[in-house]
Amino acid sequence: MTATVKYDEVEVGQEIPAADYHVRRLNLVMYAGASGDFNQIHWNERFAKMVGLPDVIAHGMYTMAQAGRFVTDWVGDPGAVVDFGVRFSSMVVVPDDDQGATITVSGVVEEKLDDKRVVVGLIAKSGDAQVLSKARAVVQLS
Amino acid sequence: MALNRDFVGRTYPPSAPYEVSRVKIKEFAAAIGDNNPLYRDKDAAQAAGYRDVIAPPTFPIVFSLQSGGEALVDPDLGLNFAMVVHGEQRFEYVRPVCAGDRLVMTATITDIRTAGRNELLTVRSDVATVEGEPVCVTYNTIVERGGAG
Repeated sequence: MTATVKYDEVEVGQEIPAADYHVRRLNLVMYAGASGDFNQIHWNERFAKMVGLPDVIAHGMYTMAQAGRFVTDWVGDPGAVVDFGVRFSSMVVVPDDDQGATITVSGVVEEKLDDKRVVVGLIAKSGDAQVLSKARAVVQLS
Repeated sequence: MALNRDFVGRTYPPSAPYEVSRVKIKEFAAAIGDNNPLYRDKDAAQAAGYRDVIAPPTFPIVFSLQSGGEALVDPDLGLNFAMVVHGEQRFEYVRPVCAGDRLVMTATITDIRTAGRNELLTVRSDVATVEGEPVCVTYNTIVERGGAG
């Protein structure tokens, strides 16, 4: 499969519309099982507070996965992602209620490279906090 | 306590092969809430030119530390796990991970540094098939809060 986004139709500075991703306690329990990361700060409120956290927090990799989904949904082919990196700059606090938390991801085409590749800069926020920094993906367009 | 810099440059023995299953990819995709058919429908994946279902970009986190994990619990390193958080993560892909892959990880501690009161340690893991085909490289940076204080 190839990317559905064409290199020639993309310009530096082009924004990719923001998307909201919801995270509830159930998602973190599922992610713990799927990833094998059973750190209690991601599902046990009593433990999280004992180690000084405000509440249960999402796995950083759960947030990175949402940023990845944002990129693959845009480019059309997950196999078009050639490089993907983030720094975890703030935590996503997930209260034990029906709303949970929301991670909002947006992106901008920062640079056009050779071989029809582009650098996508990503911003991920939860509430007022920027939860990822230095988040970027290099994707192969068609 | 500062981390032992002697660990920088150490490479660890390759892991036992990790066999990527369709079921595990589907479970992971469900956990991150991603309904992309390429992660769960073999026919859709093959129509897109893949051998079998492929995995989401962050899936390698499931197995990437299967080599080198023992380094992090080596008392000589001096890492206090209770204070560890995930600092940075990066993946360089040759191709997507695909169901049926049998993957072997080889880990190297590439960097230990101080940032403010924290200690940062980066593990690079080279992921290849048992046949020797490179698939991806992962970089996992953990932060020991207060480790340099």
